[in-house]
Amino acid sequence: MRGLKAKDWRLVDDIAKPGQFAAKVQERALQLANQSDRPADAQGVALPPLHKTVEPDALRYAHVTVQIDRSKRTAALTVKAPTGAQPTDIAGIEAAGAAWYPLQMARELDDAILSMRTNELDIGTWLIKTEGDIAAVQALDETLQRHQGHWLVRETVGLLRRTFSRLDVSSRSLFALIEPGSCFAGTLLELALACDRSYQLVLPDDAARAPQIALSEANFGRYPMVTGQSRLQRRFYDEAPALDAVRAAIGRSLDGEAALALGLVTSAPDDIDWADETRIAIEERVAMSPDALTGMEANLRFNGPENMFTRVFGRLTAWQNWIFQRPNAVGEKGALKVYGKGEKSQFDWNRV
Amino acid sequence: MSSINYSEKIPNNVNLSEDRTLQRALEQWQPNYLQWWDDMGPEGSQNFDVYLRTAVSVDPQGWAQFGHVKMPDYRWGIFLNPAEKDRRIHFGDHLGEAAWQDVPGEHRANLRRIIVTQGDTEPASVEQQRHLGLTCPSQYDLRNLFQVNVEEGRHLWAMVYLLHKYFGRDGREEGEALLERRSGNDDNPRILQAFNEKTPDWLSFFMFTYFTDRDGKFQLCALAESSFDPLARTTKFMLTEEAHHMFVGESGVSRVIQRTCAAMIELKTDDPAKLRAAGVIDLATIQRYLNFHFSVTIDLFGADQSSNAAIFYSTGLKGRFEEGKRADDHVLKGQHYKVLEVQGDQLVEKDVPMLNALNEVLRDDYIKDSVGGVERWNKVIEKAGIPFRLKVPHKAFHRNIGSLSGVKVSPDGRVVHDHEWNQNVEQWLPTDEDRAYVASLMGRVVEPGRFANWIAPPMIGINRQPVNFEYVRFN
Repeated sequence: MRGLKAKDWRLVDDIAKPGQFAAKVQERALQLANQSDRPADAQGVALPPLHKTVEPDALRYAHVTVQIDRSKRTAALTVKAPTGAQPTDIAGIEAAGAAWYPLQMARELDDAILSMRTNELDIGTWLIKTEGDIAAVQALDETLQRHQGHWLVRETVGLLRRTFSRLDVSSRSLFALIEPGSCFAGTLLELALACDRSYQLVLPDDAARAPQIALSEANFGRYPMVTGQSRLQRRFYDEAPALDAVRAAIGRSLDGEAALALGLVTSAPDDIDWADETRIAIEERVAMSPDALTGMEANLRFNGPENMFTRVFGRLTAWQNWIFQRPNAVGEKGALKVYGKGEKSQFDWNRV
Repeated sequence: MSSINYSEKIPNNVNLSEDRTLQRALEQWQPNYLQWWDDMGPEGSQNFDVYLRTAVSVDPQGWAQFGHVKMPDYRWGIFLNPAEKDRRIHFGDHLGEAAWQDVPGEHRANLRRIIVTQGDTEPASVEQQRHLGLTCPSQYDLRNLFQVNVEEGRHLWAMVYLLHKYFGRDGREEGEALLERRSGNDDNPRILQAFNEKTPDWLSFFMFTYFTDRDGKFQLCALAESSFDPLARTTKFMLTEEAHHMFVGESGVSRVIQRTCAAMIELKTDDPAKLRAAGVIDLATIQRYLNFHFSVTIDLFGADQSSNAAIFYSTGLKGRFEEGKRADDHVLKGQHYKVLEVQGDQLVEKDVPMLNALNEVLRDDYIKDSVGGVERWNKVIEKAGIPFRLKVPHKAFHRNIGSLSGVKVSPDGRVVHDHEWNQNVEQWLPTDEDRAYVASLMGRVVEPGRFANWIAPPMIGINRQPVNFEYVRFN
């Protein structure tokens, strides 16, 4: 496609002739840089290589761990809450630099996601977990909120937003497991909200140990999806009554039943059911056609404002035209080829 | 969670007293089950003391303990056949792998469907039979009816056990739904149509227990092969009880025939009108009942070509009848089986992939098995010196499922036109008049040792008790 049409179609922002191209780019870059409120004398943050340990079935970072179970074709991805004293003022944040928790965690999570997406194609289901102190996550959220105008905080929030977005566009099934000792609050709750399914354990006989989740302002627009919506808006189709009810729950600790009642989790099994419910759900998911899952999950993750016509004529047909042409559907042992014969399809488990 | 004393109240070999999953589920379900029994169990029988067989363990001493008991107090138990050590999957794609002790997530939906469908038939038949006690031909028969009923109830428990133990919340919901559906109810019927039909009289009941409970036997046999070990072990134990139900049917019909033959000899006639005047059921009517129950029952095996059947087999969920005794590869890929199809005015055999024809395979095994009892009935007629033979109709007769549904086929297997069908249907299937006549015979006989005029007494009583034993105390 040539320049003018690309601009007409809004595929590019602007065009320039070859002779003027470099100057035009420079001019535009300076215009943008001029909008920055970062003081001209501000000290940038150096981003040293991440410390990570790569094992055959694990990736370990300071705040993020990935543990692969190859026989089950799942990976548990655990994000830890900040521990110890955290800076609450700008000076402290600047001093911490690349080691500031949200910045370091976001880089690690980003690296882990990309590493898994690139290197582990047939690990089709990621189990998202968190570990640590909910109060520490809430304190972090307060700091992020208080200093949101500061350039470094803003850029860090931007990095977190892009990292969470990577989950949305990862062609993997995402299940959040909300268990005792987890800290799905505020910023880290976004991890669960990005998942295709979330399971929160209920402990009727042990309320003190029962895992809680907590909402904060961070969940209402600090980390929009690429569509511009928050994950909560996406989850509730922007419907006011549901969003109002969720907003009213900010600051409360929500156990499984409360979270389920608000529509924030998929299921809240108790301790008697937990092991079987989650095992069976995960095994069921893992056994399905990876292409069909990619199609279905993308449909549900980007459910956008639309009506039945767009659903039927736009999305469904688009995804079907792709899924149904893939070898997993029409290859020799594809689902459509063996349908009705009592044979099991043999899938290429690699996600694309 | 201690309102039920589990080991006392619910005999079991599944370690119920230490299984929180089961206890929690039963806490809710057991009272609802008793309520269902109260609402839909045998009518007006709650206070009777009935001489019943109760299973209190799976060993030879325990599985059949006899004593008088009020049915609401019956000790419905949960029993699995003892585990076979290192049991292996012996058919389908998983052949040779270890049998599953848990439900594989991949097969959850299909397994649940199989178990729910099987489980649904158990309370359904109790509901279908709930009025029969009011017209019983003897105490002996009344007791047998109640025995069948409580054991159908226990079979419901057996399926609900699997749902509760292995299917989590879904399973509990399905367990409740099994108590909510009602045979013949327009809004919430039982799953399979044969279980929504009425069982209006005792001849129907005997036919039902002979033919339809035999379908149960074959389904249970196929499930007893399952790779899901708890299902296999549960159904194996159910089969020990199912045998009695078929005995009730076979001996019941046999005694009806015996009585009819005696009247034929006594009156020296085979005229149905004279026999009816004498208060017995003529053999032609018995043949029509047989035609009806046989054809309705073989529909229960499902469509003759079925991709579900293929999937169930290949994935190891449901085997064939006596899978272990068959000498083939137990995978069945590339093999074929003959099913019937109508071409023009002819029934012709057509080769189809074996895997897709497994419903038909099971149906054919069933037909072979059920013919045996019919031959034993014929022996009774033969012994009386009467030149009449009962016959099971052709398998294409009066079918409502699969490629033969809607095709008009005579009992001897000829495709017929509507005209011929309409002219003969009254010879082939019970008429309203037949049913009204049989219904007219159904008076209640409850004095110990007395039997209704249309049925002969049995040779021996239950559990070596005399025939005139007080099997039911009416209080």
